[in-house]
Amino acid sequence: MNFETVVFYVFAALAVIAASRVVTARNPVHAALFLVLAFCSMAGVWILLEAEFLAITLVLVYVGAVMVLFLFVVMMLDINLVQLREGFWRWLPFGAVLAGLMAFEMIWVLGSSKISGGKEVIKHAADYSNTKELGRLIYTDYVYPFEIAAVILLVAMVAAIALTSRRRKDAKSQVVPEQVAVRKADRLRVVKMSAEKHAQKSDSTAGVAQ
Amino acid sequence: MMELLQTLLQTGQELLGPAWLPVWTLVKIMAIIVPIMVGVAYLTLAERKVIGYMQIRIGPNRVGYFGLLQPIADGVKLFFKEIIVPSGSSKFLFVLAPIMALAPSLAAWAVVPFTDGMVLSNLNAGLLYILAMTSLGVYGIIIAGWASNSKYAFLGAVRSAAQIVSYEIAMGFALVCVLMASQSMNLGDIVNGQQGRFGMLNWYLLPLFPMFLVYLISGVAETNRAPFDMAEGESEIVAGFHVEYSGMAFALFFLAEYANMILIAFLTSIMFLGGWLSPVPFLPNGSIWLLGKVSFILLLFLWFRATFPRYRYDQLMRLGWKVFIPITIVWVVVVAAWMQTPLWVW
Repeated sequence: MNFETVVFYVFAALAVIAASRVVTARNPVHAALFLVLAFCSMAGVWILLEAEFLAITLVLVYVGAVMVLFLFVVMMLDINLVQLREGFWRWLPFGAVLAGLMAFEMIWVLGSSKISGGKEVIKHAADYSNTKELGRLIYTDYVYPFEIAAVILLVAMVAAIALTSRRRKDAKSQVVPEQVAVRKADRLRVVKMSAEKHAQKSDSTAGVAQ
Repeated sequence: MMELLQTLLQTGQELLGPAWLPVWTLVKIMAIIVPIMVGVAYLTLAERKVIGYMQIRIGPNRVGYFGLLQPIADGVKLFFKEIIVPSGSSKFLFVLAPIMALAPSLAAWAVVPFTDGMVLSNLNAGLLYILAMTSLGVYGIIIAGWASNSKYAFLGAVRSAAQIVSYEIAMGFALVCVLMASQSMNLGDIVNGQQGRFGMLNWYLLPLFPMFLVYLISGVAETNRAPFDMAEGESEIVAGFHVEYSGMAFALFFLAEYANMILIAFLTSIMFLGGWLSPVPFLPNGSIWLLGKVSFILLLFLWFRATFPRYRYDQLMRLGWKVFIPITIVWVVVVAAWMQTPLWVW
């Protein structure tokens, strides 16, 4: 067993453990953090496949942004664990069928002759840039699918905002251009007055009046 | 010096055989991390001194000459303090959080070049790796805020998470401009792309000046430094995410913040200020230039803190989303169009 195989098994085991803890962890925040661990271990496996662009993007996008926002929401939820766990046995057969179906599909696809067949991963030289290759393919051969995917994402984003954005009528907000345009003279009045003296009573009363 | 290194390499190889590579890598890692930690320690002293002078005070001057032993005294004090774990906290995560804060900020140094070819890992996707590592740093803060089981810590964590995610987008787009200009994501190649006959006129500072400003300001926001230190906000939420931490656990957060500052300063110098290249053609290139540029940017960090009042949270979000992100997107298009014309001379 060479070093690479050892690393693969370590990452694969970590990914499997973390992924199963995602569904078995009691605390939703712990579950989300296990998902982060699963992503990181998968990124490790992908780096072993020389897909460093995808691996780093996985960490950058999913771990660095998506899961942060996910945690953000999960932390603020007030989840009743008892309510969440009831009906487990009732839905178990349904879930088991779904899981079995998915496992069957995956075995079918990955076991087909086109993809696997125990082919060796082609090793590239050190100066080979995975990123450049991917970029070239995405922006030439696959430019239309890529742009369609981008438009679909944009539509989804606009739809999500349109569905959830409701403005409260009594909400108060600040008008930024007005705030920026404020000059010192609008808010502040400088009053000129002579220095006060303690000695004469008549002067000091005049000073206070000002 | 080089001969000594050569003989050392050879004897090591003969002595340890296959185990030599990990040992030698560890030695190199220590050679990077130890100076960073010393730099962090003396950056804290520099901060107190510089801000002191800006406010016409003297700053620490009791421990050693000019207070030079102050960071060591601080370290010893923090080391011997008791670490208190709050009773309602999630203990494992509470301990994990400071580690999660410090580890990514040190891991990012793997691809930072110090001079031509002097880098731990000459990664082709170096820029992406840096982006990924700096985006992981937010987990330390989020986990700390949640695991502490305290309102103030939680509010600090939520503020910081939103802030870092917002400014990361602007930072990412600024880096897209850099990689378009240099046509490489390897940090060494980025610096070499700025080499030329005209010294500092060849740096990316000139064509990408708006991006330089966006990157620097976003860098201040990413590291949660004043005037963007909403995550701490002592006047509103006590000390934010690390309010429950004490002793060495708190010190790790502190180290992470300063290590991140140094990292951002290095990256800004490498990507916009020509790294180790000399600003004038008649002087030789060398690491000394890189260190000089880094020191200047670090001084800017301290200067900002002494000068600006803290932003209000909605102003911070407005600056990130409504000012920086549009500017960066426009500049990506401008640079892309500019590069198609003969006017692009970089």
